[in-house]
Amino acid sequence: MPATRGFFRRRPDGPAGRLPPGQYDVGGNWPVLTAEVTPRIDRESWTLGVDGLVDRPTTWTWDEVQQLPRSSYHGDIHCVTTWSKFDVVFAGVSVDSLLEAAGPDPRAEFMIAHSSTGYTTNLPLADVTGGKAWVVWEYDGRPLTAEHGGPVRLLVPHLYFWKSAKWISRLELTVEDRAGFWERNGYHDRGDPWLEQRYQGDP
Amino acid sequence: MTTDESFASVGAGSTAWTTGRIITKDFPAPHLVRLRMHVEDRHRHWPGQHYLIRLRAPDDYTAQRSYSVASDDSDPLVEFLVERLPAGEVSEFLADVAEVGDLLEMRGPIGRWFRWDTYTPALCLVGGTGVVPAVAMTRAARHHGRSDLIRVMAVGRSPEALPYAEELAAAGAAIVYTRHPTSARPPGPPTRAEITPLLAGTQLAYVCGSSRFADFAETLLVEAGLSAEAIRVERFGVTG
Ligand SMILES: Cc1cc2nc3c(=O)[nH]c(=O)nc-3n(C[C@H](O)[C@H](O)[C@H](O)COP(=O)(O)OP(=O)(O)OC[C@H]3O[C@@H](n4cnc5c(N)ncnc54)[C@H](O)[C@@H]3O)c2cc1C
Repeated sequence: MPATRGFFRRRPDGPAGRLPPGQYDVGGNWPVLTAEVTPRIDRESWTLGVDGLVDRPTTWTWDEVQQLPRSSYHGDIHCVTTWSKFDVVFAGVSVDSLLEAAGPDPRAEFMIAHSSTGYTTNLPLADVTGGKAWVVWEYDGRPLTAEHGGPVRLLVPHLYFWKSAKWISRLELTVEDRAGFWERNGYHDRGDPWLEQRYQGDP
Repeated sequence: MTTDESFASVGAGSTAWTTGRIITKDFPAPHLVRLRMHVEDRHRHWPGQHYLIRLRAPDDYTAQRSYSVASDDSDPLVEFLVERLPAGEVSEFLADVAEVGDLLEMRGPIGRWFRWDTYTPALCLVGGTGVVPAVAMTRAARHHGRSDLIRVMAVGRSPEALPYAEELAAAGAAIVYTRHPTSARPPGPPTRAEITPLLAGTQLAYVCGSSRFADFAETLLVEAGLSAEAIRVERFGVTG
């Protein structure tokens, strides 16, 4: 499309090669974009389950999940609403560790992440295994706040951030791909920021 | 009567990028710009949906932001109300540079969660520029002859900070100024006593505004007895 009359580049590009198309560097901000009421979940009653197509459906309490091997992510995150945030640090446990405990059935191809609010999002299993996804409770060395999904959220940093479900309570493995909350409401099924997979019908 | 089915094409699939031409531009207040646009190959929209507006620089750099639609689907033009944020890349451009006759890249309507289906009784608790979807809902309700279905409480610091206050008040909305006394109430945030009667008979609440406003509004509604599942939230803007 032709250029917009009178519009010129206003924002810096961000670190070279790290800003996906259509994104801008939000700098020190961390926008909160939530379609639901922020729940107040206390750690004592919180649990995380992995179930569906697994050999050993497993549930962890807060204390139990802390005993799993700690794993952290240092890198960038990208929101479909066009902000990106560079060099963030999250810590928690790798989704690989959780799946290892539950024993995924070889037929499982997708994962549906469920939040305690009823929010869901669907992910190909290939996008959450092999060191690509975490369940996290620390941001920048501090407990993750409720507005950002605390006590515990999913983190899938190579996909748009609506896939990183806040207030995570359950990971369900399935054969078929069942659209989650935003996916039913018009967003893309996969959400790769580098391919600009924002809405249904995008490549 | 409008049902889900008559809107079957709305948001059913994808919406492609198209262009919109600015037909009118005015400033309801110094920091608020209202654009009324003709959208090419326009799709029908539900009240509460938004468009993306994308600006493209000569070097192909782009900036896109979401803007809620203020107009009802029956309006031949699509209306936006944008708050000019200091150093805001897109809002400053729309306020200061864009002119009547200009073409902008647009995509929409988007968002099925925050839409109003035009028949469920609902309350809008909205703040500042967050009034925009409530305006679309109010206009749609009037168009369908069902103004009783949408109740609005609109909150702003002062009359200048609350776009569409007169139109909403004329439609029966409760107007709350947090820093400006009126004959009806002293300045201050809305109270549970004020919101509770508005909730009677409604099934859903739409909360829209800044992140801080949304946090306040959610808490107020839950304290007033509404279940969290009945509340839909749209947050505008960047917070820390
Ligand atoms: C669904 C939805 C609907 C919306 N509807 C509306 C609507 O109807 N009306 C409306 O006005 N808005 C609406 N918004 C908000 C809108 O999308 C934009 O976020 C808003 O217009 C700000 O965009 P901007 O490009 O002007 O500011 P941005 O450039 O995104 O900046 C945002 C703020 O951060 C500050 N900032 C950004 N970068 C820097 C920097 N490098 N240094 C210092 N400060 C910086 C800016 O000063 C500004 O105050 C909506 C948002 C959503 C998600």
